Amino acid sequence: MATQSDTAKSAPQYTLYHPRWYRPRVSVYWWLGEWHYLKFILRELSSVFVAICVVETLLLIRALSNGPEAYALFVHCMRNPLIVLLNVISLFFVVFHSITWFNLAPSAMPVRMGGKRVPDILVAAPSYGAWVVISAFVTWVVLQ
Amino acid sequence: MNASAHQEISKPSNEAFFWVLFSAGGVVAALLIPIHLFLFLLAIPLGWVPSPSYEHLIALLHMPLVRIYLFVLCSLPLFHWAHRFRFTLYDGLKVKHLTGLIFVLCYGGALVGTLAAAYLLWKV
Repeated sequence: MATQSDTAKSAPQYTLYHPRWYRPRVSVYWWLGEWHYLKFILRELSSVFVAICVVETLLLIRALSNGPEAYALFVHCMRNPLIVLLNVISLFFVVFHSITWFNLAPSAMPVRMGGKRVPDILVAAPSYGAWVVISAFVTWVVLQ
Repeated sequence: MNASAHQEISKPSNEAFFWVLFSAGGVVAALLIPIHLFLFLLAIPLGWVPSPSYEHLIALLHMPLVRIYLFVLCSLPLFHWAHRFRFTLYDGLKVKHLTGLIFVLCYGGALVGTLAAAYLLWKV
């Protein structure tokens, strides 16, 4: 790499047989063609919907601390069809994030037991279990 | 060009720090955001579940543990977003020449959100 750029710097002038380095141009839409690439970009874009949910949660906290009227107004805004649409799409993306994140863990941290690799499903299973338990607990605390 | 672009991207030597924030935020987002979104932004406003009273919710919000929980819930996922969105812009839209600007906008946004969360939860 260093020698390449050195050559490029030391010989900027035109030479007849200068080698052309193979550097194909990649389209900006490289991720649209194949499902795997598209899935990768959708997974990364799920973070945008995570951020949107955080902003909405901050607005909820502000509404709650501003009093009952402000909270009622917040609830009313959440009934706007466009906001509902946004939140339904967001729910799809954040669940997509959860599933891909839990499934990624076994690849990022392979667990070995007795010299053998533990099946991916067994490594991911506790995450799904924790997800269910935590979701049930939050629901119980909020709705009781 | 390849070498210099690569150097530019890996210039912040505290990349590992941001990666830890990214993965911690990923875990928090994966475990907590779906149920919070479902309950507070869909189910309760649309009446899919019996609505909790304002008094119950504000009583929860006054508990210090709940506030710490909400602070973590808001701040870490924002740093998760900053990391992913940054690299999506670099690779998806191929805007590697705007590295510095994107870095500042993404992490600046996460920082502003974190400060807003701290302020809102402090003055509840």
